[in-house]
Amino acid sequence: MGRITLDKVTKSFGETEVIPPLDLTIEDGEFTVFVGPSGCGKSTLLRLIAGLEDTTSGQIRIDGNDATQLPPAKRGLAMVFQSYALYPHMSVRKNIAFPLKMAKMAQSEIDQRVDNAASVLNLADYIDRKPGQLSGGQRQRVAIGRAIVREPSAFLFDEPLSNLDAALRVGMRMEISELHKKLATTMIYVTHDQVEAMTMADKIVVLRAGHIEQVGSPLELYREPRNLFVAGFIGSPKMNLIGGAEAEKHGCHTIGVRPEHIEISASEGPWSGTVGVSEHLGSDTYFHIHDTGLADTITVRADGEVGFNYGDRVHLSPRKDVIHRFGADGLRIA
Amino acid sequence: MATKASRSAARVMMAPAVILLLGWMLVPLTMTLWFSFRKYLPLRGGDLGGAGFDNYLRFVSSSAFWPSVITTLLIVGSVLVITVCLGILLAMLLDQPMWGQGVVRILVIAPFFVMPTVSALVWKNIFMDPNNGLFAHLWRFFGADPVSWMSAASMPSIILIVSWQWLPFATLILLTAIQSLDGEQLEAAEMDGAPHLKRFWYIVLPHLSRAITIVILIQTIFLLSIFAEIFVTTGGAFGTKTLTYLIFQRVLESQNVGLGSAGGVYAIILANIVAIFLMRIVGKNLDA
Amino acid sequence: MARSVTPQRKALNTAAAWAIGLLIFFPILWTIITSFKTEAQAISDPPVFLFFDWTLENYGAVMERSNYGRFLWNSIIIAGGSTLLGVIIAVPAAWSMAFVPSNRTKDILLWMLSTKMLPAVGVLYPMYLIFIKFGLLDSRTGLVIVLMLINLPIIVWMLYTYFREIPGEILEAARMDGATLKSEIIYILTPMAIPGIASTMLLNFILAWNEAFWTLNLTAAKAAPLTAFIASYSSPEGLFYAKLSAASTIAIAPILILGWFSQKQLVRGLTFGAVK
Repeated sequence: MGRITLDKVTKSFGETEVIPPLDLTIEDGEFTVFVGPSGCGKSTLLRLIAGLEDTTSGQIRIDGNDATQLPPAKRGLAMVFQSYALYPHMSVRKNIAFPLKMAKMAQSEIDQRVDNAASVLNLADYIDRKPGQLSGGQRQRVAIGRAIVREPSAFLFDEPLSNLDAALRVGMRMEISELHKKLATTMIYVTHDQVEAMTMADKIVVLRAGHIEQVGSPLELYREPRNLFVAGFIGSPKMNLIGGAEAEKHGCHTIGVRPEHIEISASEGPWSGTVGVSEHLGSDTYFHIHDTGLADTITVRADGEVGFNYGDRVHLSPRKDVIHRFGADGLRIA
Repeated sequence: MATKASRSAARVMMAPAVILLLGWMLVPLTMTLWFSFRKYLPLRGGDLGGAGFDNYLRFVSSSAFWPSVITTLLIVGSVLVITVCLGILLAMLLDQPMWGQGVVRILVIAPFFVMPTVSALVWKNIFMDPNNGLFAHLWRFFGADPVSWMSAASMPSIILIVSWQWLPFATLILLTAIQSLDGEQLEAAEMDGAPHLKRFWYIVLPHLSRAITIVILIQTIFLLSIFAEIFVTTGGAFGTKTLTYLIFQRVLESQNVGLGSAGGVYAIILANIVAIFLMRIVGKNLDA
Repeated sequence: MARSVTPQRKALNTAAAWAIGLLIFFPILWTIITSFKTEAQAISDPPVFLFFDWTLENYGAVMERSNYGRFLWNSIIIAGGSTLLGVIIAVPAAWSMAFVPSNRTKDILLWMLSTKMLPAVGVLYPMYLIFIKFGLLDSRTGLVIVLMLINLPIIVWMLYTYFREIPGEILEAARMDGATLKSEIIYILTPMAIPGIASTMLLNFILAWNEAFWTLNLTAAKAAPLTAFIASYSSPEGLFYAKLSAASTIAIAPILILGWFSQKQLVRGLTFGAVK
């Protein structure tokens, strides 16, 4: 079980309020991702749940029980840190066994659980090595191993992939998702990378300056961003935001069109501009279009085969059904 | 970042060190301050009543005061110039590729580990003795008259001894600093067409500036209070009486505690002026 | 990438560096060599360098004359005792400053450092009085306390810089893993900090061993360590170069050896972590 409820939780460091009153419920078994730009309070929020920071006010309940005053170890949560925080002087086996040893578990039980975790995570071959002799991905797995042996009611991940290189990151992303499906345990995952959020989450919590901007499934956030911030944050390349006369035509202050929802053509379309830089990814090409009179740059995502050159005049047509409308207050207009 | 529980534990754990140092600082310091305002002669009646600022004035106006200040400044200044300049050169040499670098490093650092009484005595007798010292042999070999170092050239002798002791310190710190210089920076400067001397002047020296400052400040603090080197060589004679030594003599040899304490307060103020600058640098480093 | 240099250039560097290194080391080398000569050879002109009858008689004489063992023992007790005591007091303090920093931590650290700047001579007489009052004059206990106090700031600082290199996340991980403060210190912190603590102790031992203000001024016969023993040679009695050399050699030898192990730590310790 692992249902975590935050009830009017706040956190201040001295005079500065990092988390204003915040309510949030994370259902049992859910993969929840906290996402936001750096300094948005997502890590602080995770540390509050972990018990590594005291809440200034409010209540944290785990499975209905008040855990606000409980020390970290008593909360039944396990955490994977950004730096992995492996104990450098202990072998992989001892690292993974450490929480069990602290819980004064019988040695035979410890061995069995460690071996089990090691085989799940493909660590059996390295079990007697020290962390210093492992690659980044292996260290990551040891950190996860240390977390799963405790059979916690929830896992907390603090930007666990940010120290890995791009290729490994994709692999580990899959592994963690896989693990979640297998264990069906609550996971809370903090990242600044919206791609990680989109690909892994059941539920995304978008944070800015300690405020929850929106909570929802990845597709909900993609389809119906509640405000300009979420609209700009979720989706890659970023949504084009256009104000002025064009927005007024749609009866709002700002309209948003995702790059993948714009057709590019040499001859027809309501908008026009010149091609600036184009980024060829093979499968897709991103065109950055200037001189449209709408915004500095309009980004368009086209098929990889579409070929325009620097300086070409092009026409753009946004798909009418997926134009997002926002009011002067930045909020979505339904 | 921490919880309340760990914060209160931290305070308890810090307490012994803080209380001890607080006592170490305040108790003797308060006593020194108190004595400095008393006429206090332990062998001639003890505490003979308040003296106002008398001791302070007498200490400054005594004929020994200004010479001791000049001696102190001369020793500190010369040793600093010698150790920093030679230290930079030596550090740059040691940074070059060579065979047996580790051994040379050890040879260069060794004098720092020699206790001050040993180095003073060895230099004074085995090297600088006007009859049997190695220098005397050397001078005679070249047909010159041996120099009575400790009397005729007392200041250069002491400066030599102290520089020998502190050169390793300067070299070691500057070497550490040089080794942290990014080689690509130098290569970039080379690509930009800077010749050797310019590279030293515009890249190496600025990179070393912080380390040099630290060397100067730390050495100043230690050099202001050198004692054993003078105690066992000249005993303060032949114009080598530093401020520290003068205070020592006032307190222990002439047993004029009031006067010596006033001198001590001067020394403390002097050291603190230097210390403030050092603290600034170290403090800045803490934030990084 | 360091560029390779020509062999000629490297040979030149080597020659220059060795020449200077030997020049700087020469006084120590000469002292060591002289300690194996007879008194007559020690002052012979021209000096003999290596080809003489090596003798150990000076070492015997030094031991006999001055009860060298007692001075050595005093040095070991005073340097070792003050180091051990200092570390015991400093470890908790450095731990809390490194891992539970408050906004006053920096001020406390700098203040501690400032006590190190206090010129000893300024408080000589008060210390004298305090020592007499508590019967500590010419006692090893007294010197252990004083040397511990003067070096405590350096010990706290060095440990602090070492502890700060232990990532806080590791301690938090231990806390999440259910470690109490006690097991955190036993299983995680201490094993990780041992190299740092060891080098701190090493450097501090050296500093205490060589300290030559308080050890000269607060001891007479009973508790005098090697610094004072050597200083007693400053009033010469006849031919004594070889014996002085022998006495000096045994006084500095242990520390030279320890010192060579602590080069790196020396920089960190003496610059309060400002140069690493």
